[in-house]
Amino acid sequence: MSDLIDDIIERHVNIDRDGLIPLLQEIQSSQGFLSEDAIIRIGASMDLPTSKIYGVATFYDQFRFEPKGKVHFQICHGTSCHINHSIRILQELERLLKIKPGQTTRDGMFSVDATSCMGACSLSSVIKVNDTYFHDVSPADLKEIIEKYKSNPLNA
Amino acid sequence: MNFPIEVNVTTIVARRGETILEALERNGIKVPTLCHMPGLNPTGSCRMCVVEVEGKPNLITACSYPVEEWMKIKTHSPRVVNARKTNVELLLSNHPDDCLYCERNGNCELQLFAAQLNVRERRFIGKKNKYKTDPSGSSIVRDPAKCIVCGRCVRTCDEIVGVCTLGFIGRGNQTIIGPSFNKQLNLSSCIACGQCIMACPTGALHEKRHSDHLQNALHHHKTHVVAQYSSTVAISLGEEFNLKPGREINGILNAALRKAGFDKVFDTTFGADLYLVQLAAEFEERLNEGGVLPLFSSDCPAWIKYVEQWHSEMIPHLSRCKSPQQMLGSIINRYYADTYHIKTEDLYTVSAMPCTAKKFEAQREQLTHKGISDVDAVLTTRELAQFIKLNGIELPQNDTELADYPFHVRSSAGKLMSLAGGQTEALIRTLYFRLTGKELKQPKIMAMRLNRDYKEVKIKMGKHLLGFAAINSIVTAHRVIEEIKAGRDDLHFIEVMVCPGGCINGGGQPMIKVPNALKIRQKALYELDEKDPITAAHKNPGVIGLYNDFLISPNSALARELLLTTYKKREVPL
Ligand code: SF4
Ligand code: SF4
Ligand code: FES
Ligand code: FES
Repeated sequence: MSDLIDDIIERHVNIDRDGLIPLLQEIQSSQGFLSEDAIIRIGASMDLPTSKIYGVATFYDQFRFEPKGKVHFQICHGTSCHINHSIRILQELERLLKIKPGQTTRDGMFSVDATSCMGACSLSSVIKVNDTYFHDVSPADLKEIIEKYKSNPLNA
Repeated sequence: MNFPIEVNVTTIVARRGETILEALERNGIKVPTLCHMPGLNPTGSCRMCVVEVEGKPNLITACSYPVEEWMKIKTHSPRVVNARKTNVELLLSNHPDDCLYCERNGNCELQLFAAQLNVRERRFIGKKNKYKTDPSGSSIVRDPAKCIVCGRCVRTCDEIVGVCTLGFIGRGNQTIIGPSFNKQLNLSSCIACGQCIMACPTGALHEKRHSDHLQNALHHHKTHVVAQYSSTVAISLGEEFNLKPGREINGILNAALRKAGFDKVFDTTFGADLYLVQLAAEFEERLNEGGVLPLFSSDCPAWIKYVEQWHSEMIPHLSRCKSPQQMLGSIINRYYADTYHIKTEDLYTVSAMPCTAKKFEAQREQLTHKGISDVDAVLTTRELAQFIKLNGIELPQNDTELADYPFHVRSSAGKLMSLAGGQTEALIRTLYFRLTGKELKQPKIMAMRLNRDYKEVKIKMGKHLLGFAAINSIVTAHRVIEEIKAGRDDLHFIEVMVCPGGCINGGGQPMIKVPNALKIRQKALYELDEKDPITAAHKNPGVIGLYNDFLISPNSALARELLLTTYKKREVPL
């Protein structure tokens, strides 16, 4: 796993600061998140302080710093879904799982992210759980979804 | 090129290329600033410094806008004052508002602006900041709830200190400031210099207090409490009491500390002389026996932590000498306590330093025995001032008294250690004598007195031509280390001080802004050197006596045991 990170960094060596974000994106899509270790190694190879890299990464919603859970919730936070109260879905999920976007439950089971428009605005509010989309979701539906996945995380 | 511009009801002379703020300040017109840092590029982010410029629809940030010929500026029009006031009100909307309990009560810039702009009611009600304080660091406490995200600490840590521990995290109104991965300070790359505290306008950063137990210790009849204070403290503490800046107040400070209940009051400058003698001996040994050179100074704990974190491969270059504070601490614990039959468990040693990193140093694993430090409490200059006031002592009204035997005599060379370059100058005096048996004819090393972050001098001592460098910036130190690794070999001793200007500008120094304080402190120390009967560490009769009666020589097993230390690589996210 760590060698993979090195490979990606290797491919990006000699990039300037503008190239930092694509590098971070690639690492995230390969590892699922940006680990401290990855950021430290990027810092060492680009001669950039980790505080700067972490600062850049936390500026964007797209990066997460904890591994995803077995069951990963993505709550659409696009305009349409926002109008359809996606924030309430997020709040309810935060309440039920006791984690915030970007975080993962202690047991490694659930994680949550807020994302930008998923391109299904007519069906809002939209959420995605692992690879499955759910549309016209309301906060009341979440309990059931969670229970389903709890018993069978991979394909509920 | 100069040109006149109209400001309020008068005309002032502006210079091409300067900012509006610079022109105003030079002409004695004060505009409040928050994110502005003299000498660094403006970010224009806080908008405290806005002014009205005729013809411009929006208010303009004076700190970042260049002044131009046609300008007609209003610095305190109702529109401007209102904008600034709203600004402050917004900053206060989520502020904890616990000024009475705040470290910076009385010298907080936010508090001052609120008062000046006559903010008397809460107009905007935001959700209160609920971030928890981070007390994990040995020297620095972060209280993010009080942070107004002006960014001065971030820029200081990056652009002035050069270690870049602190950074912005997140975005927009969610932005916070913290070390990488939002970790606790004790797990970060912070080198504890405290420069961020000096930059912080509010109470979001302050030193870890060591003064709380002191009052108890002083009033416990069995505890024998001794003080040692740095020469930098003696030269700058007066500013906290409205005394003439640059006045050395050893005499009245000795008296005041005795009144407060200290059993003995010692001068850390004695420790500085001891350090210089040991350092010269270590240098000679390395020179003669083909040891690792250049030798790096070891009195600045922030520099030590930097090397341990970034350049552990250079640890063999670090002098093994403990710092003056720690040398005197060991000698107090072993020599003084034995001689005066004081049980170590009854002894409580307090030092007063211009430095926050000294708190970290006193707790270094290598400098404690079974978790007990040679120095029990380290107070900053600020804490010392507060302690004196707490004890109801009118500092200026004391008669001068001498420090206590046997650590009362000191040379002016030891005092120079407060200044960037001063240690090198002081070392050269003692080293010259050590290597040649003669005193330097011209003990003033002018090359070391320049205000630069890299100074160098080559001096012939006996058969050796020796190169000395004094570095006053981590970034420059990093560069020189790389040069050494690449083969540079003309340097034999390198002094590094983290704080710009040296310890006179340490992170524990007064917050009170005396104009030109640094220059005044510097000048005062050089003047003392001019007048002092003892201008070299090896001529300090107290130090000579300590070797004769106890340590035998700098190379004795006892001297090594008590005065030398070791270092270890540290793993932190850089
Ligand atoms: S104490 Fe020094 S190194 Fe640590 S965060 Fe503050 S400025 Fe940076
Ligand atoms: S330069 Fe002096 S005050 Fe600053 S960190 Fe080093 S020892 Fe402390
Ligand atoms: S806004 Fe949610 S799918 Fe477009
Ligand atoms: S001081 Fe000018 S914008 Fe902050």
